[in-house]
Amino acid sequence: MSNQVIINNAVKKYGDFTALKGVSLNIKEGEFFTLLGPSGCGKTTLLRMIAGFNSIEGGEFFFGEKLINSVPAHKRDIGMVFQNYAIFPHLNVKDNVAYGLRARKMPEEAIENKVHEALELVQISHLADRKPNELSGGQQQRVALARAFVIEPSVLLMDEPLSNLDAKLRVQMRTVIKKLQKRLGITTIYVTHDQEEALAISDRIAVMKDGNIMQVGTPAEIYAKPQNPFVAGFIGISNFIDCNVVSDNRVDINGELSVDIPLKKEYRGKAILSARPEQLFFSKEGLPGKILFSTFLGDFVEYEVRLDNGQTLTINEYTKDNSAVYENGENVFISFDPARVSVYEAESQEVLSL
Amino acid sequence: MKNLTGIKFHLDFWSIVKIITIATMCLFIVYPFYTIITKSVFSTKVEGMTLYNFKRFIEKPYYYKSLFRSLFVCSCTVLTTLFIGVPVAYLMTRYNILAKKTMHILIIMSLMSPPFIGAYSWIILLGRNGLFAKLFQSIGMKAPTIYGRGGIIFVFTLHLFAYIYLYTSGAMNSIDSSLEEASENLGMNKLRRIWTVTLPVVLPSILAGCVMVFMTCLADFGTPMLLGEGYVVLPVLVYNEYMSESATDPFMASALSVVIVCCSLLMLTFQKLVIDKRNYQMSSLRPPVEIQLHGSKRFLASLPIFLVVFFASLPQIVVICQSFVERSFSGVVKGINLNNYRTIIKRLYVNIKNTYVFSFVAIVFIVVVGIFIAYILVRKKGKVANFIDMLIMFPYVIPGSVLGIGLIIAFNKKPLVLVGTAAIMIISFVIRKLPYTVRSGTAFLYQMDPFVEEASINLGVPPLKTFFTVTARMMLPGVMSGAVLSWITCINELSSSIMLYTGKTSTIAVAIYQEVVRMSDGTAAALATILTVTTIFSLLLVFRATKGKVKIV
Repeated sequence: MSNQVIINNAVKKYGDFTALKGVSLNIKEGEFFTLLGPSGCGKTTLLRMIAGFNSIEGGEFFFGEKLINSVPAHKRDIGMVFQNYAIFPHLNVKDNVAYGLRARKMPEEAIENKVHEALELVQISHLADRKPNELSGGQQQRVALARAFVIEPSVLLMDEPLSNLDAKLRVQMRTVIKKLQKRLGITTIYVTHDQEEALAISDRIAVMKDGNIMQVGTPAEIYAKPQNPFVAGFIGISNFIDCNVVSDNRVDINGELSVDIPLKKEYRGKAILSARPEQLFFSKEGLPGKILFSTFLGDFVEYEVRLDNGQTLTINEYTKDNSAVYENGENVFISFDPARVSVYEAESQEVLSL
Repeated sequence: MKNLTGIKFHLDFWSIVKIITIATMCLFIVYPFYTIITKSVFSTKVEGMTLYNFKRFIEKPYYYKSLFRSLFVCSCTVLTTLFIGVPVAYLMTRYNILAKKTMHILIIMSLMSPPFIGAYSWIILLGRNGLFAKLFQSIGMKAPTIYGRGGIIFVFTLHLFAYIYLYTSGAMNSIDSSLEEASENLGMNKLRRIWTVTLPVVLPSILAGCVMVFMTCLADFGTPMLLGEGYVVLPVLVYNEYMSESATDPFMASALSVVIVCCSLLMLTFQKLVIDKRNYQMSSLRPPVEIQLHGSKRFLASLPIFLVVFFASLPQIVVICQSFVERSFSGVVKGINLNNYRTIIKRLYVNIKNTYVFSFVAIVFIVVVGIFIAYILVRKKGKVANFIDMLIMFPYVIPGSVLGIGLIIAFNKKPLVLVGTAAIMIISFVIRKLPYTVRSGTAFLYQMDPFVEEASINLGVPPLKTFFTVTARMMLPGVMSGAVLSWITCINELSSSIMLYTGKTSTIAVAIYQEVVRMSDGTAAALATILTVTTIFSLLLVFRATKGKVKIV
């Protein structure tokens, strides 16, 4: 059986509130796929529908060819890592990991071997006989991980597994997870609200908002070419500048700067130009403004600039490119590379740039 | 695509459990109570349905006075327990009282020991032939009497101030210390701080404690029966009307029962409408700091606690001492020995055996049913769960003696004759003591991570098997601490047993009552000692198992 996950038009309702408004996804076999979005966007809801803990109000869920809508949770053969790990407090590490294998009535000897192997993989074989309350957060995380993949599930689900760890451990564990996933080749669906984590760990990301999917793509695609202002603002930092499309491929900003940006379709009128702080730079000509405030951050300096038209922008200048630091109040001109910024229709928020 | 399995799920395991639970509760709680209500509107004097009983209640001082007395005793006890309980709670939570843990445990023990043992040992001390009474006599003074309403209130107070203490200290411990610091920072002095911040915040809990005290007083039968003499309160009157040899009137007894239940219902409504709405849920990030006193100041702060605890524990001490004193029938001390125990083992062996066997069987039922019900209440929320929750609360409103009468009237005729059997005793135990276990079970379950169950299901164990192997297994410690409280109150149960017992099914509590009435002090004390010691050991067991964190309220 192929281990791809196909979701067609999934709908979830809580009373009058629609938590998922017809979500469709196609997750490839062996892929590390992340559902990313702010809290309340429906990402955990969708994950729990896949796991079988939430009822499905509409749509179809396939594992490979098999429709799983009516398969009960305990028969779906999915591994899951819970946000707070959900380690069985009354069982030691070994028995926690063996739990799913025992449910599958595997012979004890084989269980012993598999558990040992799994604990080796997550590097906690020396803790096999410990009780959960004697483990640190990171160690519990490893137990939860081992317990989920030891059953060799067709799909592995992870619900914000790193959110309870401190910052340093989080970075360390995400590498552990990523390497393990590549090594085992399990199709993995990962939920997080942390965009940096999503970029670091995923093969592909689905950015979600209010029960809809805003964009699906590789981390690089999503970062470089956000398909709408929401994605541009949620992934990394973006400056949004009001502008006008005045003629074919011609964008005018407040009459102060006019640039050629190749656009998808014919459009005239109000638009939004989005540029990341590192895509903006100081120049001899461009948008006039004043330095409001600067923050020295080592490898770059972050400037807040008030444009003459009233808007405020954030600009990062790398210290390796320019060692001089502008003074507050200094007059500057801001420019950018038209090929790298994005332009959206003001009304529909649809992307115009290629 | 419609979830097809959902449709045939109509009769899954939990639906069956719900149906059985509701059916059983209706049979043993609702139906007996219903029979009481129907009985109350009939009379031997009038034909057909009538309000004759209630009319008599309103007209005859003999009846309506008992209501006033009950209300008077309950209200006074609430005031006196407040007067003792709140300061004790404040001192215990805020200062480094000497032997604080022991004091806490002793207070809980005084609460868990049966109230009628308190009444009985105060009779030993201050009764007509009491130790103190004689002491006072020898110096030519008259000892204060323990009989009548003063005595009842006195014994109730020493027994029930613990409720106020437990509710208040529970709330005081959950106040975030920053709250009082904020008040201090805004310029309030200490007394005004207590008055403007601490008290208002803990007030709902104190009031909840008051309701608990009021309801317990209202329902209690043993203490006013032993101490009241001419001062007859409602539960005693119910007993007299139903059991007295001269003129039993089950119809009037039923009507009086309805009156008591109405009073409790009013209190409960007050709690639901007024108190529960004001309960401030606080997550105490920084629990209040204990103020460290030294030397004589520490002793002075501890002294009131010692005094209160001493008086509250005195009954147990007196009873245990008395049990080793052999007396002749006229009350003359014949020696210090174990003869009282020999007598009761010879004569009242059945009662002792019954107490433990009935309680044990009841506890097995209570634990099993308690786990199921707690699970339904927490994890299967809905209309059915709410209904079960309401039925569980029912025994709070119905005093034991009333439930006893209800069970007798309901099950003394075919098709189901239970009167006189051990079953009816056990049933009354289960109904009355189940709430302790269910409450501790639900409290535990609320804290339990629901994802643990999902993890088990996700790993391939079906939901029902998950319930038995994971959930029930994890709930067991939480349920057990409640079950021990159920157990303690089972062995000490008097008010329903006194209605239901026969010679074959009598218990220790009933025997104590009879021995006291018969003025056979020694044997009563020996029996009471057995109960007290069992209670203490059971409590120590929970304290050990839960590391002192047992929740009584």
